[in-house]
Amino acid sequence: MAKNENIINGVVQTEEELKQYNYLNLGPTHPATHGIFQNILKMDGEIIVDAQPTIGYIHRAFEKLAEHRPYYQVTPITDRLNYCSSPINNIGWHMTVEKLIKAEIPKRVDYMRVIIMELARIADHIICNSVIAVDTGALTGFLYVFQWREKIYEIYELICGTRLTTNIGRIGGFERDFSDDVWRRIQEFVDEFPAALKEFEKMVMRNRIFMDRTIKVGPISGERALAYGFTGPNLRAAGVDYDVRVMSPYSSYQDFDFIIPVGTNGDTYDRFCVREEEMWQSLHIIKQAMQKMPSGDFKGDVPEFYLPPKQDVYNTMEGLIWHFKIVMGEVHVPKGQVYHSVEGGNGELGFYLVSDGGRQPYRLHFRRPCYIYYQAYPEMIKGAMLSDAIITMSSMNVIAGELDA
Amino acid sequence: MENKIENHLVESLLREQFGDAIKASEESYGMLDITVSRDKIVEILHWLRDHSILQFNFLTSLCGMHFPEVKNAELSVVYHLHSFINNVRIRLHIFFPANDANAPSVIELFPTANWMEREAFDFFGIRFTGHPDLRRILNVEDMQYHPLLKQYPLEDGTRTDKEDKYFGR
Repeated sequence: MAKNENIINGVVQTEEELKQYNYLNLGPTHPATHGIFQNILKMDGEIIVDAQPTIGYIHRAFEKLAEHRPYYQVTPITDRLNYCSSPINNIGWHMTVEKLIKAEIPKRVDYMRVIIMELARIADHIICNSVIAVDTGALTGFLYVFQWREKIYEIYELICGTRLTTNIGRIGGFERDFSDDVWRRIQEFVDEFPAALKEFEKMVMRNRIFMDRTIKVGPISGERALAYGFTGPNLRAAGVDYDVRVMSPYSSYQDFDFIIPVGTNGDTYDRFCVREEEMWQSLHIIKQAMQKMPSGDFKGDVPEFYLPPKQDVYNTMEGLIWHFKIVMGEVHVPKGQVYHSVEGGNGELGFYLVSDGGRQPYRLHFRRPCYIYYQAYPEMIKGAMLSDAIITMSSMNVIAGELDA
Repeated sequence: MENKIENHLVESLLREQFGDAIKASEESYGMLDITVSRDKIVEILHWLRDHSILQFNFLTSLCGMHFPEVKNAELSVVYHLHSFINNVRIRLHIFFPANDANAPSVIELFPTANWMEREAFDFFGIRFTGHPDLRRILNVEDMQYHPLLKQYPLEDGTRTDKEDKYFGR
């Protein structure tokens, strides 16, 4: 009798043809995916055979929007790319425009930017790593390190007035110099965060359950990662030591001494470890920047982009003229095209800016690391369990805002 | 990290190999900027990737462009390549008319081009021949137009009751 079951309509079926798969919609609003991602999974029992991602649920047409805004108004758009580390996006955009107009920026601004960008990197990695721990069942660590992200946000707040979508700084520098309170808080953070981070690592890093859940889960080789355009911690976890801060230093990163951590297997555990070590290196960079902080101005000499202080606007002719010109978008911008990239929380965040001399960009393309590496997700979870797919996604740190732009 | 090779070396090697296919070249803001003919783009990218010295192994980005006032070269695709070995970047352009919006797909060389090409198709309607799955990616499937083309206004391109000029743009 067993033989007859293999025959349908008189045709003998192979085992593969008889097999029935389940299709599972993971998302769009599944609470375990930490954002709006949809994956249609083809499942054989609990094993994933194939995945079909659908993206674009929070697409906001930033590239089109940017073509209709003066340069300084593009900054708030960049906030909303990777909203876990907005200052890196803001400063990356400012530096792109500065490159286009060939502005000279004082060393002090560079160092202040480095401090803010490294704080943002820590905030980004804190969330990513603690969320990996949440997905393996350790909620405590997440809540515990979250108060340190809160402290970073308080520093942002003192500098620019906002917390999540920071819109920090301006083209040419910062709105004002950091206050004493800001310096005190950064110092406090640098002094006190290591103990908390160490404690978090102690709880998670060599934890048997955590290691069993993450080692050899969602691996990718260095070659495949490069072919898929991986950058940032995910590429470094696969063993390729590519870091924009070292390869093409911006904002005086060449002045600092730091290590680029790399992994070997490119699996979830390696990605976790690389991010952990990067936080230590970021702290190290912040310490050096604070020690070596040069004196000088907190802004460059770019009157055509940097709004003058209100006192000058009301009391001097030039101040009023520049204020008017900037607000009305009458400033001169050179024609040209420029590509500038910074090391964002997730990898190489690039800005390809084409200017036709008008008040707004003719075309602005964001190279968003998340968007580019998320296409490897189906390949990485093939053959894995459903619960591994969740943890792989959080370890890749796919941020919906950056993915969909 | 210093650049190990100079831009003019890349340019002279390219001109030597491809001659007429290189239509224009300039250096802007430190990056070599080359316009090539559309038919040769796959060949050139392949050659750049596998060249023993140059080794442009990484496709940083790929995006579409639209210049409605340039007749017979309205659309463009821009490729940014990066050689990790030499730490040098290069930008390649191809131009083609809007009524023949086709470009060869480079997925075979760089798998990462998959979604980048889908994005360029979604935004500009550029059809990448040889792409296995050319569907819209960020916008809804039943959208009737390609929103980043310059003729469409910022807000919903199908609406006629709104004009951008009322918003000071």
